[in-house]
Amino acid sequence: MELDINKLENDFQARIDAGENIEPKSWMPEKYRKTHIRQISQHGHSEIVGMLPEGNWITRAPSLRRKVGLLAKVQDEAGHGLYLYSAAETLGISRDELFHQLHTGKAKYSSIFNYPTLSWADIGAIGWLVDGAAIINQVMLTRTSYGPYARAMVRICKEESFHQRQGYEMMLTLCAGTPAQKEMAQDALNRFWWPSIMMFGPRDEESPHTEQAMKWKIKLKTNDELRQQFIDITVPQAEILGLTIPDPDLKWNEETGHYDHGPIDWDEFWQVVKGNGRCNKERLGARVKAWDDGEWVRDAAMAFAEKKEKSKEAKKAS
Amino acid sequence: MENKLYDYILSLGDNSLILGHRLSELCGHGPSLETDIALTNISLDLYGQVRNYFQYAAELAGEDASEDSIAFLRTDRQHKNVWLVEQPNEDFGHVICRQFLFDSFHMPLMKQLCESKDERISAIAKKSIKESSYHERFSSEWMKRLGAGTEVSNQKVQAALDHLYPFVNEFFQETPLDKEMKENGIGGDLPAIKEVYFKNVHALLLEAGLTIPEPDWRQTDGKLGYHSEHLGFILAELQYMQRSYPNSDW
Ligand SMILES: [Fe+2]
Ligand SMILES: [Fe+2]
Repeated sequence: MELDINKLENDFQARIDAGENIEPKSWMPEKYRKTHIRQISQHGHSEIVGMLPEGNWITRAPSLRRKVGLLAKVQDEAGHGLYLYSAAETLGISRDELFHQLHTGKAKYSSIFNYPTLSWADIGAIGWLVDGAAIINQVMLTRTSYGPYARAMVRICKEESFHQRQGYEMMLTLCAGTPAQKEMAQDALNRFWWPSIMMFGPRDEESPHTEQAMKWKIKLKTNDELRQQFIDITVPQAEILGLTIPDPDLKWNEETGHYDHGPIDWDEFWQVVKGNGRCNKERLGARVKAWDDGEWVRDAAMAFAEKKEKSKEAKKAS
Repeated sequence: MENKLYDYILSLGDNSLILGHRLSELCGHGPSLETDIALTNISLDLYGQVRNYFQYAAELAGEDASEDSIAFLRTDRQHKNVWLVEQPNEDFGHVICRQFLFDSFHMPLMKQLCESKDERISAIAKKSIKESSYHERFSSEWMKRLGAGTEVSNQKVQAALDHLYPFVNEFFQETPLDKEMKENGIGGDLPAIKEVYFKNVHALLLEAGLTIPEPDWRQTDGKLGYHSEHLGFILAELQYMQRSYPNSDW
């Protein structure tokens, strides 16, 4: 028996090493399954909770064109949540259980969404930086070993890059606008820069799961590599906008061919992860409220479907 | 004539504007991801219609008018929408019921406006009618689900219906402008819609196991610019950016 498991695990790893996709019906180590449920659901929850900070500005969007753009964007995120929950379901967990884990705090979501959106420029900054950071992570995940996850990522990446362009274009408009608009844009960058680069997670030394995740191709690059990639892409974009990135230590390093950055406040990061960010309670509270308020609706839909099914059967029988 | 046409277009657009706003408040808070997405879709369709109407109205108004100056810079008294669409999202029952009562009116109106002598209005109606028929199907299906689902859902949607039903009368209140637009072949024929409306609505309510309310009062003045207290708060949010940062491009 021991031997069998060893052989299965070796074959499994060989498939991954050969670049094959793992599909729902394939044999997989229990830990692989659990790790994927955790990561895919965490990703799905981030899409859903991520609707809230941006949703916060839908009713106050400054023009009809922007309102429609934002509504459609937030709706896309709901769609991403759906794809990801479906991918998680292929690993044998129900959507209700996934929600239960989110609502009880057992499952996490990206900490970036625990920061408040205080001005319209935050909507631009989120598209530019947060969707921008998400893409870097997600492009990598299109090559992840678990088939349903990789395929969900391909669909999602197309929309995320549209979101990123839309957000950047909003920032361009603000920066070409009145002094008040430009100030709003700078203020948004000041508040969202550090949380955005924290999105890639803790430093490699403090990321214990990285090695296993890379072996299974859940990760193809480390947190620090992805973070560096994001910074290298984003700094020139900020220059085009004429905005200053709030890091006095940020500078181009000829030798490495990358930007060096100042120290990240990891205390803040862990505080937000633990639930002590500025909006943790509001964000989770809003999700729980939507779920609780919706219970009678979901019950009604279920009861109605059952009644319809029964009357169909009765018709067949008669 | 141009002025009256302008007013008439606004009266069409304002219902979509305010209902679109109410639905947009729900984005991210729906009872399930699927309904969240569907309600946002309806909101997006309504805003699409608003933009078509207001772009046309802005052309008629000339000078500095734009879809945004019309959408964001009018006072409450200048809004021509009915009270029904201002009513808050008390719960999913109210949201669905409000939508159903609106769609049942909007669909036959769009059908008529496809034949409008005004080419632009007719074009907008032809584009909107596909969306409206989808909305009507969605809200009718949900009325049936909630009405015939569980005892709780039946009570909740009945309460919403009892609350909202007195507002539907306003759709059919013919203002002098409505009459003139009907007579010159541009606008809809409200008395004709009224007949279809109650026939269809009653049939669906009965199918959903709901009691048809018999309200002893009926709302009247929204189309004349007299609104509920809700509208002021809607406009405060809607207009916040345009009022705080005038003359800016976004
Ligand atoms: Fe997304
Ligand atoms: Fe996105």
